[in-house]
Amino acid sequence: MQRSKFALGAALALVANAALGAERLEKDELQLGFIKLTDCAPLVMAKELGYFDDEGLSVRLEAQANWKILLDRVVAGELDGAHMLAGQPIGATIGIGTRAHVVTALSLDLNGNAITVSNDIWRRMKLADPKLAQPKPPHPIRADALRPIVEEWKANGAPLRMAMVFPVSTHNYELRYWLAAGGIHPGLYTNGDSTGTSGADVLLSVTPPPQMPPTLAQGTIQGYSVGEPWNQQAVFKGVGVPVVTDYEIWRNNPEKVFGVTAEWAAKHPETHIALVKALIRAGKWLDASLENRQQAVGVLARPEYVGADAEVIANSMTGTFEYEKGDRRELPDFNVFFRYHATFPYYSSAVWFLTQMRRWGQISEPKSDAWYDETARSVYKPEVWREAAKRLQAEGRLAASEIPDTNGYAPADTGFIDGIAYDGRTPNAYLRTLAIGQRD
Amino acid sequence: MGQMRFERLGLPVLAFAIFLGGWSLAASRVQTPIGALPGPGQVLSAARGLVEEHLAERARERAFALRMDDEREAALALGTPFRERHYAGRPTYFDQIATSLKTVFMGFLLASLVGVPLGIACGSSPALYTALNPLIQIFRPVSPLAWLPLVMILVSALYTSDEPLFEKSFVSSAITVALCSLWPTLVSTAQGVASIDRDHLNVARVLRLPWHVKVRKIVVPSALPWICSGLRLSLGVGWMVLIAAEMLAQNPGLGKFIWDMFQNGSSETLSQIVVAVFTIGGIGFLLDRSMLALQRALGRDAHAV
Repeated sequence: MQRSKFALGAALALVANAALGAERLEKDELQLGFIKLTDCAPLVMAKELGYFDDEGLSVRLEAQANWKILLDRVVAGELDGAHMLAGQPIGATIGIGTRAHVVTALSLDLNGNAITVSNDIWRRMKLADPKLAQPKPPHPIRADALRPIVEEWKANGAPLRMAMVFPVSTHNYELRYWLAAGGIHPGLYTNGDSTGTSGADVLLSVTPPPQMPPTLAQGTIQGYSVGEPWNQQAVFKGVGVPVVTDYEIWRNNPEKVFGVTAEWAAKHPETHIALVKALIRAGKWLDASLENRQQAVGVLARPEYVGADAEVIANSMTGTFEYEKGDRRELPDFNVFFRYHATFPYYSSAVWFLTQMRRWGQISEPKSDAWYDETARSVYKPEVWREAAKRLQAEGRLAASEIPDTNGYAPADTGFIDGIAYDGRTPNAYLRTLAIGQRD
Repeated sequence: MGQMRFERLGLPVLAFAIFLGGWSLAASRVQTPIGALPGPGQVLSAARGLVEEHLAERARERAFALRMDDEREAALALGTPFRERHYAGRPTYFDQIATSLKTVFMGFLLASLVGVPLGIACGSSPALYTALNPLIQIFRPVSPLAWLPLVMILVSALYTSDEPLFEKSFVSSAITVALCSLWPTLVSTAQGVASIDRDHLNVARVLRLPWHVKVRKIVVPSALPWICSGLRLSLGVGWMVLIAAEMLAQNPGLGKFIWDMFQNGSSETLSQIVVAVFTIGGIGFLLDRSMLALQRALGRDAHAV
């Protein structure tokens, strides 16, 4: 009785809050998918902090075996939505791999990936470039240091093999960008070659993130491009050395998004807004303080979420990054969940991925600037984000300055490792400035 | 007498003790990138951890139910609309065991529903058996990992409904189990039926029994031991196949548990996988024993008739 009275008061307040929005929801029991990577943190924390509950949503999170299964299950309706690679909604909508109209109204994070090479390749890189042999070599390390090794292996008839996580993943484009900026050709996708290795100096292939360190240790691959904690895992277990982070390849690059099918979004508009609200709040919480990050590390380390050891996750989630064992550096923006308007789905982000799909031949024909714009608008839904942000602002949970003043395109960006500027409004002009790959 | 007891109880216990000793010795020496191979002690504590987790999850579920009750009362008091929500917890280790058992029985049921009648038909008609034999021989050795992608694609294309009774992952896993465990039942039943004493069948012919009566009164009882041993083999195959199917089909059972733990790559990973290995072995053993008991019970009945 005592419990009941006390709880009743709390529940009264809760119900009064929730009832306002909850009755509009088209669906309140949701199943969301994620891959075991630290950037699933907004989904996990929105659940654990009760932000989904605040919106009247009951959410079940389920780890998926790989990106392909995750996407197929969203398309088949078994999952309501999921943690996705930014390239997945775009790739699916234009028909690379599984074809389905998938949209996103929220970017989950910026940066968070790195490229790791095996201990043996790192040793050879240091032999080839004495600058790298000192205890704290100057960063960023460019792929030029890898080029002599690539050429040597190619001449021996056994080209270097590197892995990325999915054909339309940020990791694939970042790895390709880094290699190409160092004069190494990562290969083209053609109509007859769906593996993307035509004309390649280095053979790239797909490996699921958690299998990266074991595959590297087995010697099947000599390097990989992946999200955390799998680069820090390589340092920790002594199987490889991360040489460059994606923050150094492209400062504050968009990474994962929250994706749903266009059909689901049309059928559940209020539920979609409620989800985006909870996820924006979770992003803001994650970027609010170091204490929050440490708390998140503890939660992510649980076996049902990322499951890796807490100290491995903490390495990259708390503002530092360990390259070679002992070479730990400050990298405060390695994982960004909210700062720099990280959650806003910019059209320019979508267009960049489209330019890379064209550059590497996944899009087989040249396209007009107008096509890039239309495609970006059919996949990225900032209008849903704005509605969610407006409501959060009305609830006093978001400040006006946290809502970007933009027409959807970010200003021209010069934060790339090779210094080439990117402007999302002129994709064809941008493609012509890149040396390796298709240029129109 | 003492000699007998030692052989039946003492020897297995001794063998098990030697196994544990060898395991403990080996464990500390084998280093992997995610830590040393766990010894029996670590595996035991991992098992205990899984039980505690299960209890904690159930406690959270009860707390949620209480909160729902409070919210319902509060909504009633305020006159605001109330929407019941279900607890969005995660499946614990024991839930995963239950899912695996459900899936394997579903697959086993499907396999039996196809295997037994088809086996009886093949056994009764040598022509049909000759016709189907090449197909049976081709499909029998196919690995579940080859069927699974095909089944998954077909299930997601064909099994569509707004309020599905079963999860697609469950259906895919169960069908894969059925496809792989069908064959022992089919072949064994066919052999059993084909080897029925001619005299019995002649009696049926003389009495002009309709075919369904013949099957019920003569064919099934005579072939029952064969059918049962086929079913027992099928269930064993199904249980083995299931773990592989669950790993890829995302059916939340023991196979997915192992896959998730493997993906975690934490220092707990190895001991949790070993716990799962023992669980799978133990359950497989119990399934086999219960089929054997069933077989014996039915076998006596068959002789009694």
